[in-house]
Amino acid sequence: MSTELDTARAAALLGEAPLAHRFLSATLFRFATAGSVDDGKSTLVGRLLHDSKAILADQLDAVARTSADRGFGGSGATGTQAIDLALLTDGLRAEREQGITIDVAYRYFATDRRSFILADCPGHVQYTKNTVTGASTADAVVVLIDARKGVLEQTRRHLSVLQLLRVAHVIVAVNKIDLVDFSEAVFRGIEADVQQVGRELGLGRDDPNTGGITDLFVIPVSALDGDNVVDRSDRTPWYDGPALLEVLQTLPAADELESHLESFRFPVQLVVRPQGALAPDAIAAGIDVEGFRDYRAYAGQITEGSVKLGDQVSVLTPGQAPRTTTVTGIDFAGQRLTEAVAPQSVALRLADEFDVARGDTIAAAGPAGGKIPQASADLYAALCWLSPKPLREGAKVLVKHGTRTVQALVRNVTGKLDLANFQLEPTTTLELNDIGHAQLRLAAPLPLENYLHHRRTGAFLVIDPLDGNTLAAGLVKDHPGDHEDERYSI
Amino acid sequence: MSTQINEDRATGVSAPARLSSLDTLESEAIHIIREVVAEFEKPALLFSGGKDSVVMLHLATKAFWPGRVPFPVLHVDTGHNFPEVIEFRDRTVERLGLRLVVGSVQEFIDSGELAERADGTRNPLQTVPLLDAIQRNKFDAVFGGGRRDEDKARAKERILSLRDEFGQWDPRNQRPELWNLYNGRHTVGQHVRAFPISNWTELDVWRYIERENIDLPHLYYAHDREVFARDGMWRAVGEVSQPRDTEQVITKTVRYRTVGDMSCTGAVESAAATVREVVIEVAASTITERGATRADDRISEAAMEDRKKDGYF
Repeated sequence: MSTELDTARAAALLGEAPLAHRFLSATLFRFATAGSVDDGKSTLVGRLLHDSKAILADQLDAVARTSADRGFGGSGATGTQAIDLALLTDGLRAEREQGITIDVAYRYFATDRRSFILADCPGHVQYTKNTVTGASTADAVVVLIDARKGVLEQTRRHLSVLQLLRVAHVIVAVNKIDLVDFSEAVFRGIEADVQQVGRELGLGRDDPNTGGITDLFVIPVSALDGDNVVDRSDRTPWYDGPALLEVLQTLPAADELESHLESFRFPVQLVVRPQGALAPDAIAAGIDVEGFRDYRAYAGQITEGSVKLGDQVSVLTPGQAPRTTTVTGIDFAGQRLTEAVAPQSVALRLADEFDVARGDTIAAAGPAGGKIPQASADLYAALCWLSPKPLREGAKVLVKHGTRTVQALVRNVTGKLDLANFQLEPTTTLELNDIGHAQLRLAAPLPLENYLHHRRTGAFLVIDPLDGNTLAAGLVKDHPGDHEDERYSI
Repeated sequence: MSTQINEDRATGVSAPARLSSLDTLESEAIHIIREVVAEFEKPALLFSGGKDSVVMLHLATKAFWPGRVPFPVLHVDTGHNFPEVIEFRDRTVERLGLRLVVGSVQEFIDSGELAERADGTRNPLQTVPLLDAIQRNKFDAVFGGGRRDEDKARAKERILSLRDEFGQWDPRNQRPELWNLYNGRHTVGQHVRAFPISNWTELDVWRYIERENIDLPHLYYAHDREVFARDGMWRAVGEVSQPRDTEQVITKTVRYRTVGDMSCTGAVESAAATVREVVIEVAASTITERGATRADDRISEAAMEDRKKDGYF
């Protein structure tokens, strides 16, 4: 009934003094897990949560009780060996009753350096749907391999999806290394296999064909015992790399990487134009009511790059020629910024009084910003099909891209990926968990960009106009005429 | 925000621009709030005066600054609320010039549409007045302050969560949520619950309250109160919360970690009288906020799951 305190936990989360500094410096990192049946994913997630002290006493008590009920371990009430760590990620009653995992569950833990958001993706059923969903927002994905089984077809599929979604960092955890007697030979063999798959796919920083899109790490771990999960293990002396949490703590988040891009992109969400109807709290705070009478700003979230006061930008309105102007204000709730970076939500003021509306995109202009996205009504894309309702040629769908939704016609399906062999096979339909290529005709042009280079403005949703359900995750590809890298056209 | 992210630049170091986790979470929440306002006809924000809803409202004021928050707030009043929280609610609504819509559990009990439970708890009774208020006002999107770290049912909740004509949540039939593209399409009669602070933890909420200097009802901070022990929690003595003969009333220094219905919300012993002290206490706490303070979540392992399926917050 009193609040039981653990000062070590507080120090771990908040860091040592000065506290204020620590509060501001912790960054956010999102990662997902992917694995096959029985490769110990739940145990690994439980281990990460447990060892980073994210599990509180009442949760731990509940898990200990259930572990005892189910006859797990049983050497003692306090030791971690006695509880089934996998139960820490036990889901809904509906799932327990049916022995299934419904879909992605989100979990949270923190260290003094980072706050982590973990998208825990079930591996067995609908793995493509869940992996695509979890990976779409992830800075890193941890793929599990059972050390006794090595690289399976499922592993190849997972890596293939991660490559397609260009996840910034891929970490392969070779789990149950304790069950192969911490054998270096076993680990090196699997590591070589993973790297071979990585080469076939173009994963890995060193690969000249990918332009350094994805990191690839391979780590020997024992989720059950904790080896190389939070701390480096002395039972794998032949491994001199970092433990899993060390890697997760130090990798740059995707937003961090993309905030450095010169290609500033800002889809306009809405126009802030109070026309004299100012917020009472803003007036109470003493803003210049007269000066804000004609206030007009464009609210949105920066999807990549950064913007500074005085920057030249292009306003892209589909169906119109790009209009170039200057950024005269970067506002955020009463603060006037001189610069903003992805993924900040801000409101931009522009020098010229253009008619700018939701659905327009503000983008860097000029040589430094690179190519301005060209609006096109022809959409070539990879589609990850997420609905039990199959895709048929001639179907009418909705495409949601940025802050704009338009009607579209599926002209043809040009192929389906064999994820295990990285080959495109001919087909005219896509079914649940299929990934394929299709050509769509849009009712209105959109400023489409290749997903390979623009993770946010190259992504879209395919929506069923009848019931509003999400049918597919779409990744924009270049027109077949001007493609660049064959490898990416799988 | 500018001062924090530009720290490195101000000193001339071309270090990578890095947003703090709070900045990132704030930007994500504001993006979601703006998307919902842009794509829905008639949104409303659930506002109880509890810390999560106060943070939500603060984010909404930032999202539309210097304009007004462009939607009303909705409160489901159990009739068992802490008086100081109702007073705080009214003061906040007045300060921001908002319209307040109230759904009243008491009215539904008086009219016979709801029956008082044997245990006296009114939290589960909020669902009917909530759905009634949504239907009567034709709200098509309702913002809530729910967080995924609160409960295992919430951990599987989408940021934009579709509810059918009966307000029900179907966990097995949720739309996949990809990138930051939110699909809010719905048919007549359906509505969407939007949870912009899904990814925040209790500690994030408190750190944000500290950073933004956000005003909260005073019972979140340590104060002396007459309490009695029940179900392993300290219950406040009040009109609707009376000790039984065997329950001894004593005065303790307590604070609340959650502020809900007086009949089921417990206080924790605490000396944390300032926001900084609360931040440190939350970081050091070894018990979850719902485990510590909500009798209704102790009813069963799946209590929240069951309430959510019926249309609860």
